[in-house]
Amino acid sequence: MEWDWEFVREIMPMLLDGLRITLLATLLGSILAGAAGLGFALLRRSKSRPVARITGFVVEFIRGTPLLVQLYFLFYVLPELGLLLSPLTAGVVGLGLHYATYASEVFRAGIDNTPRGQWEAAKACNLTPYQTWRHIILPQAIPPMIPALANYFVAMFKETPLLSAITVIELMSEARGVANSNYRYLEPMTMVGVLFLCISLIAVPALHLLERRFRPTR
Amino acid sequence: MADWAGYLGLMLDGALVTAKLTVLGCALALPAAFLAGLGRLSRHSAVRAVSVAYIEFFRGTSIFVQLFWAYFVLPLMGVTLTPLQAGVLALGLNVGAYGAEVVRAAVQSIGREQHEACVALNLTRWQSLRHVLLPQAAVVMVPTFCNNAIELLKATSVVSLISLSDLTFQAQVVRSQTGSTALPFLTVLVIYFAYASLISFGMKALERRMTRGLDGLRT
Repeated sequence: MEWDWEFVREIMPMLLDGLRITLLATLLGSILAGAAGLGFALLRRSKSRPVARITGFVVEFIRGTPLLVQLYFLFYVLPELGLLLSPLTAGVVGLGLHYATYASEVFRAGIDNTPRGQWEAAKACNLTPYQTWRHIILPQAIPPMIPALANYFVAMFKETPLLSAITVIELMSEARGVANSNYRYLEPMTMVGVLFLCISLIAVPALHLLERRFRPTR
Repeated sequence: MADWAGYLGLMLDGALVTAKLTVLGCALALPAAFLAGLGRLSRHSAVRAVSVAYIEFFRGTSIFVQLFWAYFVLPLMGVTLTPLQAGVLALGLNVGAYGAEVVRAAVQSIGREQHEACVALNLTRWQSLRHVLLPQAAVVMVPTFCNNAIELLKATSVVSLISLSDLTFQAQVVRSQTGSTALPFLTVLVIYFAYASLISFGMKALERRMTRGLDGLRT
C-alpha cells in the first residue's frame, strides 16, 4: 500500500479537531486528578483509622483495575442510578479519578518529605491544622512534586484514546472514522501515532524545564 | 438471572484470555527490557541509538495507537497477526520500553566501586555484568517491575477493542445480552483487582527471596 500525501492533507483538519478534544480532556483530567489526588492523600493521613483505611483501599482498587473498565462503568452504570453523564464528562471523571490515585502517591511522598521541624514549629506557633496545611506544609511540599505530577499528566495524555471506546470524538475516534469510511488505515493510524509522538516530544523538554525550575533547594 | 452461571462461565473464559495475555506480554517485555536497557549502556553508539529510538518511540506513543497499528497497519505490509499475537506484541514491546528505563536506572545505581572492582579483577564486560552488576541490580528492579506488570495487566483490557475476547470484552457481551450493567462490570473489576493483588503478592515474595543474604550490604 502506497503512502498518499494528498489523503493526509485531506484528513488533517479532522484529526486536528480530534486533537483539540484530546487536549481538552487531558487538561480537565489533569485538574481533576490534581485536586482529587490531594484529597486522597489528605484523607489517607486522616486521624480516623476507618477513613484512612477505606481511602487506602479505594485508591488501591482504582490503581489495580483498568481505566477502560472504569470508563465503561461510569458510562453505562451511572445512568442506571439516575446520573447521566455526557461522554466527555464521563471520560474526564474517569481519567481524573484514575490518575488521582497516582497523584495521591506523589502528594504523599511530598508531604512525608516535609521536615518534622516544620510540623513542630507550626504547633509551637499555635497554628490550627488548617493553617498548618495551608501556610506551612503544602507550600513547601508541592513545588518539588510538580515534575512527577507532570509526568503522570503526560501519561494521561497517552491514555486519552481510550475515551473513544465511550464515544468521545477525540483524535483516535476521528482517525477510526476516517479510516473506516475510506478503507485506508495506513495514513490515519500513522498520523495519530505521529501527532502523539510530536506532543510527547514537546513534553519532554518542558518536563526538564520544570525539573530545573522546581529543583529542591534544600 | 437464571443463566447467571452461564454468563459467569463466559467471564471466566475471558479471565483466562486476560491471564494468558498478561503472562505472554510479560514474557516478551522482560527480554525486551533487558536488551534495550543494557543496549542503552552499550559502548557502541549504533546500539545506543537503536535502543533509545525503541524506548522513546514506544514510550512516546500510546499503547492504544500501537495496538491499532499492529492490528490494522502491519497486515498492509504483509505481516498478518491474529488479535492475540498483535496484543502480545504491542503490550510486550510497550511495557518493555518502560522496563528498559528501569533496567538502565538499576544498573547505573550500582556504586562506582563495584565497576572499579570489576576492572581491578580483570573481568570482561560480560563477566562483570553477569556476576557482579546484574545480581545486585536485579534486586532494585523487582519492585518497579511489579508495577510494570500491573500496568501491563491493566493495559490488556485495551485488546477487547480489537475483538479479542478478554475479560473486558466478555463484560460487554454480558451487558449487551442481559441489559444488566452494574453486575458484569463490578465482577470484572473485582477479577482484575484480584489479579493485580496476586501479582504484587508474588513479586513481594520474589523480592524477599532475592534480598535474602543481602542484609547489611545495601542501605
